[in-house]
Amino acid sequence: MRYERPATIEDVTALLASGGEKSFVLAGGTDLLVRMKNDAFEADLIVDIKAIEGMSDVTRTADGFEIGAAVPCAALGENAELSRVWPGVVEAANLIGSTQIQGRCTISGNLCNASPAADSVPAMVAAGALARIAGPDGRRTVPVQDIPQGPGKTSLRKGEFIEAIVLPDPGPRSGDAYLRFIPRTEMDIAVVGVGVQLTLAEDGSIASARVALGAVGPKVIEATEAAETIIGTRLDQPALDALAAVCSEVSTPIADKRGTVDFRKQVVGVLAARAAKIAYQRAGED
Amino acid sequence: MSLDTTYQGRNFRSVGTRPLRPDGVDKVTGRARYGADFNMPGQLVARILRSPHAHARIVRIDTSRAEALKGVKAVVTAADLPDLTEGDQGLFNTLENCMARTEVLYDGHAVAAVAAIDARVAKQALKLIEVEYEVLPHVTDVDMAARPDAPKANGTAPNIAKQTEFGHGDVDAGFARADVIVERSFLTEQTHQGYIEPHACVASCNSDGTAEMWVCTQGHFVYRQTCASLLGLDVSKLRVTSSEIGGGFGGKTHVWAEPVALALSRKAGRPVKLVMSREEVFRASGPTSATSIDVKIGATKDGRITAATAHLRYSNGPYADGWAEMGAMTSFACYDLENVKTVGSEILVNRPKVAAYRAPSAPMAAFAVESAVDELAQKLGIDPVEFRIQNAASEGTRSSYGPVYGPIGIGPTLEAAKAHDHMKAPLGPNQGRGMACGFWFNFGGQTCTDLNINADGTVTLAVGTVDVGGSRASLSLIAAEELGIDYKDVKAVVADTATLGYNDMTDGSRGTFSSSMATISAARNAIEVMRQRAALIWDIPVEDIDWEDGHAVARGENYGNLPPLSVADIAAEAGTTGGPIAGHSEIVADGAGVSFATHICDVEVDPETGSTRIKRYTVIQDAGKAVHPSYVEGQYQGGAAQGIGWALNEEYVYGEDGRLQNPGFLDYRIPVCSDLPMIDTQILEIPNPNHPYGVRGVGETSIVPPLAAIANAISNAVGVRMTHIPMSPPRILAALDREKAG
Ligand SMILES: Cc1cc2nc3c(=O)[nH]c(=O)nc-3n(C[C@H](O)[C@H](O)[C@H](O)COP(=O)(O)OP(=O)(O)OC[C@H]3O[C@@H](n4cnc5c(N)ncnc54)[C@H](O)[C@@H]3O)c2cc1C
Repeated sequence: MRYERPATIEDVTALLASGGEKSFVLAGGTDLLVRMKNDAFEADLIVDIKAIEGMSDVTRTADGFEIGAAVPCAALGENAELSRVWPGVVEAANLIGSTQIQGRCTISGNLCNASPAADSVPAMVAAGALARIAGPDGRRTVPVQDIPQGPGKTSLRKGEFIEAIVLPDPGPRSGDAYLRFIPRTEMDIAVVGVGVQLTLAEDGSIASARVALGAVGPKVIEATEAAETIIGTRLDQPALDALAAVCSEVSTPIADKRGTVDFRKQVVGVLAARAAKIAYQRAGED
Repeated sequence: MSLDTTYQGRNFRSVGTRPLRPDGVDKVTGRARYGADFNMPGQLVARILRSPHAHARIVRIDTSRAEALKGVKAVVTAADLPDLTEGDQGLFNTLENCMARTEVLYDGHAVAAVAAIDARVAKQALKLIEVEYEVLPHVTDVDMAARPDAPKANGTAPNIAKQTEFGHGDVDAGFARADVIVERSFLTEQTHQGYIEPHACVASCNSDGTAEMWVCTQGHFVYRQTCASLLGLDVSKLRVTSSEIGGGFGGKTHVWAEPVALALSRKAGRPVKLVMSREEVFRASGPTSATSIDVKIGATKDGRITAATAHLRYSNGPYADGWAEMGAMTSFACYDLENVKTVGSEILVNRPKVAAYRAPSAPMAAFAVESAVDELAQKLGIDPVEFRIQNAASEGTRSSYGPVYGPIGIGPTLEAAKAHDHMKAPLGPNQGRGMACGFWFNFGGQTCTDLNINADGTVTLAVGTVDVGGSRASLSLIAAEELGIDYKDVKAVVADTATLGYNDMTDGSRGTFSSSMATISAARNAIEVMRQRAALIWDIPVEDIDWEDGHAVARGENYGNLPPLSVADIAAEAGTTGGPIAGHSEIVADGAGVSFATHICDVEVDPETGSTRIKRYTVIQDAGKAVHPSYVEGQYQGGAAQGIGWALNEEYVYGEDGRLQNPGFLDYRIPVCSDLPMIDTQILEIPNPNHPYGVRGVGETSIVPPLAAIANAISNAVGVRMTHIPMSPPRILAALDREKAG
């Protein structure tokens, strides 16, 4: 196994392009190293991206935030400006694992690990986040939901990696929230996760909304039909009921050791309504 | 000198205080040596190849490619562990469980093992071992296995392997007299002890036919006995040293990989270190039974139970042991019943061989019985605590499993519960309160202890019961108490098998009970020697010397001006008065007093997700005498914490293929700190009449009531009777939906 710690993005893409089938980017390593220790596979090449300048920075741009691919989730929580603008994304990132894990893990790693239960991903999808990809043939930017393709699979091509996550500014009267269901109080994997982002019209009704569901399908579900049920409403009970019902309907979970199909379908609706209420309140205070 | 073990009552000076434990600093600084911390020069690393099938015939094993790999020093299969068990079925089961012989009987059953120069080579070697299996039908579910058409779990043995019965009176007549009868069936899923430290050992077989082993165990003498028998060694030739232990809870009372490590070392001629991974711990060691229990209880309108029955089916893994039998014995032990009958059925399944887990088998039986008792009280409109008080066993009651009780704590723990603040605290929305009782036998057994008086008058206490919960501190307190010296002048160690006589293992809550009895006896013997030495020093008759407050005191006017001799004074003269001073004790500690507890629990259930939080929890238990109250409280809290995990989330999940789906702490969910409230404790002290200080075992009973207490609390919170443990969110939500659907 080869371990490399290059200093530039170009070196990363070159290494990944020339590496064997089992070549991996190493960000926090909280998925990768655990899997290697469990003998899931033997790696040919590990490319550590933490030595690249700027890769560990959160940058405020004219129209949003850029979160470098090596930024640990703990740093997101410590960024007051980001936490104010995107509380839901930050709370999702700060649900991952424990204090120790958050000192290492990244939202890019969470996305590229392509687990259906990844916590930060529904929050990012609801936020309209973009992934900026660097590759041997240059750069491209895609919505984050285009990255995961199913458990453990991504749309990244040979030699490509994510250099940053871009969070566009949501505009005034906006709020987001993320809730997950776990059987314990912490150190658990989401059985269901829901991210909601809302922007209100001046009259307080919902002007736009995005809803994303985690752990209820092979990859994150952007539930556009669910979002539509609350647009134009003030999130009264019928709107919440409709939101919950559509979220349950569009979910395609499996039954496994973590939960049954019925349970997941039911709870995804419950959490969607609860997350929407939090986002609505935050938008109202914005 | 033989020990008078009757309770004498006394004003304790050391017992009942809370000094720091002697092993504490090492543990919090990381210096304590656990199983995996032991290393020897030239040691090899062992890895075990395990069955991917729940049940299969081993057609062929070819280890030649693994043996040829550079760095591999030994490969063993069942052929290297010949059957020396001479018809002892229990021992044969142990042997076969350590290494499959003709069939693999569960997912994770060992089939071969390698010892190599490092872990990488050992892992590579496992991949080179070829095993051809003929897959056989399997059964993992306890109720499925009990059906007549079920596949047989182990050879031709019937899956309902054994049946036992307990009780007295005429239950039919009793039910005929009942005004109200509750009859229900209950299920509990299989759980693991969940100790944090995986099994670990270093085994070293020498060319002269002797062997040594350093191992994490609850009973090194028992491990020595078992390993010597399985490997054909004289007991004297195998020396076993126990490490510090990162939890056992019964799971380290049985050998798993230790005989394999010895066989590898014997073949390789080098020390071999074997450490199980967490996945191996889950797949191949431990667990307790899954159960299916039918309970029926009848009572008169005024709240007197007239009859009670239970049929308990316990999964045993592939071998018949006595797990249902213990469930059948304990189920109604809290009550004074005229007519009672319990039947225990041992059920064979293709899951790991069941091991003891803290008050083994009692929590599931208590769940079923205490749930039914609660429901009966509700139907009768009687307060559940009152109803239990009315029917509680007391001194002189003939227990449901046979013996007649002496003074016992069930009534007092119930009265304490009734009077407790917790019972009166207001409940919020979606909250419910539950309570339940529990019983455990406790055990005494063979015990041997040495108490050495050192040259400076300090004391070294060598005990043979592994310290799983602070017993070195407790036994030091006992020695200090009996000798009349300070706790700080006593140092207790756990001696290895070559330096002390045989000791049963630390199980059955016996560690402090039995070793304290032996320590008192050893101390009294040492005092006897010190009186004789004082007689020589003073040149007066020994009959004229008393032992008071750690000193030899000359009695009577004649000697009034002789200053008392301290232990140090006497020890200083040992060389001229007859040599080293010590007290020894070899006993069978009889009369372990039975133990009872009552638990109270408040829960809050989210009716939309089925999620339960424990809001408040109180443990009330009889300790006989709490030698070190902090560690008694620790036992109470620990048992409750494990019970909470069992009640809410822990379970073995098997797939259709008979393979364990969740062999890790991510999906086998023991509670994390934030899942638990501070667990309040109340220690009652009803002296055990058979122990000089009144001590009873305290380690196990605390895990007996939680399943039922929490089930009763949840049932009260949601208004639906919960009958399936764990009460995980999907199960609670499904139960609520069923109720809504009518
Ligand atoms: C104890 C524990 C608890 C956990 N709890 C949670 C939890 O609550 N919720 C949750 O969602 N997850 C949890 N996880 C999983 C893990 O921590 C997260 O998925 C984390 O976000 C992964 O980030 P990382 O930087 O450590 O990824 P890494 O392990 O470094 O990488 C993960 C995968 O993504 C690839 N990768 C990483 N960065 C990039 C990139 N920039 N471009 C392309 N590919 C990349 C890697 O090659 C690898 O395949 C937990 C893990 C542990 C060990």
